[in-house]
Amino acid sequence: MAKYILKRVLMAVVTLFIVICLTFFLMNAIPGNPWLSEKTPSEATIAALNEKYGLDKPVTVQLGLYLKDIAHGNFRNSIKMQKDRPVLDIITSMFPISAKIGMIAIAWAILIGVPLGCLAAFKRGTWVDSLLRVVCTIGISMPGFVVATILLFLLTGGIEGLKLFPTAFDASTWKSYVLPCAALGFYPMCYLSRQTRTAMLDSLGQEYIKTARAKGLKNKKIIFKHALRNALIPVITYLGPQVAFTLCGGFVVEKVFSIPGLGRYFVMSIQSRDYPVIMGTTIFLAAFVILMNLLVDLLYKLVDPRINLSKGGN
Amino acid sequence: MENNEKSGKLLEVKDLHVSFFTPAGEVKAVGGISYDLNYGEVMGIVGESGSGKSVEAYSIIGLLQSPGKVVGGSITLEGEDVLSKNKQEMVALRGSKVAMIFQNPMTCLNPVYTIGNQLMEALKAHDKNVSKEDAAKRAMEMLELVGINNVEKRMKQYPHELSGGMRQRVMIAMGLICHPQLLIADEPTTALDVTIQAQILELMKDLQKKTHMGIIFITHNLGVVAEICDKVSVMYAGKMVEQGPVDDIFYKPGHPYTIGLLRSMPRVDAESYERLIPIEGTPVDMLNPPDGCPFAPRCEHAMKICLQKMPPYVELGDNHRSACWLRVQEQVAAGKTGPAAAENKEAGDHE
Repeated sequence: MAKYILKRVLMAVVTLFIVICLTFFLMNAIPGNPWLSEKTPSEATIAALNEKYGLDKPVTVQLGLYLKDIAHGNFRNSIKMQKDRPVLDIITSMFPISAKIGMIAIAWAILIGVPLGCLAAFKRGTWVDSLLRVVCTIGISMPGFVVATILLFLLTGGIEGLKLFPTAFDASTWKSYVLPCAALGFYPMCYLSRQTRTAMLDSLGQEYIKTARAKGLKNKKIIFKHALRNALIPVITYLGPQVAFTLCGGFVVEKVFSIPGLGRYFVMSIQSRDYPVIMGTTIFLAAFVILMNLLVDLLYKLVDPRINLSKGGN
Repeated sequence: MENNEKSGKLLEVKDLHVSFFTPAGEVKAVGGISYDLNYGEVMGIVGESGSGKSVEAYSIIGLLQSPGKVVGGSITLEGEDVLSKNKQEMVALRGSKVAMIFQNPMTCLNPVYTIGNQLMEALKAHDKNVSKEDAAKRAMEMLELVGINNVEKRMKQYPHELSGGMRQRVMIAMGLICHPQLLIADEPTTALDVTIQAQILELMKDLQKKTHMGIIFITHNLGVVAEICDKVSVMYAGKMVEQGPVDDIFYKPGHPYTIGLLRSMPRVDAESYERLIPIEGTPVDMLNPPDGCPFAPRCEHAMKICLQKMPPYVELGDNHRSACWLRVQEQVAAGKTGPAAAENKEAGDHE
């Protein structure tokens, strides 16, 4: 087990290195520079700024210097949006807000989506199944900003006399969290429910379900004990990276509800070419996804005892 | 094992009809079969794939898959009408009074739970008050009973850590843990290799003597039937074409299909030049079954009447009856009063 985890950590370092290099080159391939705003500074100013932040050197040299810095734990400072504030500091202050909303969103998506998937599988072919199919297809195909905007319109005063939630985000009241969490969790909920349904149909058709019935078990036990555990593998496979993405903030939802979270900040940093912030947030997200994938692989073993991690895992 | 030497009738199936309502039409998977089973008796149900032998058994335990429905007849278990029971009563019945074991032990145990967990669960499903220690003790007793060694270790193992034969033993232990009166074994040895087959049969015979339960043994292997059964029902296309004590079926078969089955089975005493004789033709299309005897299109002795009318059952001996016009003809020729008594008991009532 220890050997397996060590192997995975080494692989993670390699993966991260590749992610860093790719992002660095792609980022520099976008036209424009951090210094452009409404008023374009003079050539001389730009040259001076470039020199100050080392942007005048060739890209490969810049990458080398950056790698050297992060090897020492220095993720540099923001050069544009919050000038001279350390990137690490920005991430640690913004991540908790996104993570809080993301966690609630994922939690309700799992708690509702998985049982709904089980229900749809068990009631296969009935009106319950059809209704759930319609709802979930809408949820999967509707873009996040539409869901967010509809919720925002309907429940914050768009309809006369129906102002249940505040429009502006205020971290101190729970009411501010309801709509963003609902909007952010809707897609994963629908996706999870469909995924669970497919996996459940597969496992409900297995012979051991027949055995469980022949034993005289009740439906509840057959579904949630015997079928669900066997259906969990594809579900947690999807959940791993999804948790990372959701916790790091849904850009659209944060934008619509004007939440000062990491997701919104990440996209804004790309727009304003704040190179150190782009790099920092990308590395953070990549590391998070890698960690979640490792966690998922360890969970496989817990869910299905037949899986042998030391033999190359999955 | 403490035992209740009950005797008499355990199960009575009367004129059972089961149909599958498929989009293509109604498939009469079981078309009117009747039999009795006494306590301590082993009955074999023999027939080829699709003859309705499993469907018939699944309707006893209420596990018919969804387009399938019992459309007529009655099933009486220990004096209780099984078909009139509601869902909860059926759940309570399964595993406690009637247990079932299946063909493929490799896929019939849940791969993600330990043997112990699955055994104890079967017990707990019918005895809410049993403590964990007692359940574990009972489970281990059962494992020992079915000839598994090292039971404490086995309890903690997962199905994939056991061999096929061992898993079938676990399945049997699981079926018998609540002392059922009736065990339905749906081809329990088909997926095992021959030496293991013999062991499992030996075990089932042994357990049957100890527990005095009735067993319905579904198989297409006549060798297995000879080994374990007291009586045999031969099914063809949802009809019971012949029924009788095991010796009568083997030595005095009365139906051409039974004869065909016996001829197609390898024998130890066969001469080296003898060849197995297959039954020509293909099984009946169950969506459009022929009028008359379903076997007639494949039968070498088929007469005109065979294609028109289902033959009645003819008594050939003690509890031995067969539905074939040839036998009817013989009886008439022998100067008996004709099949008047049997006439009302038509094997399959069409329309």
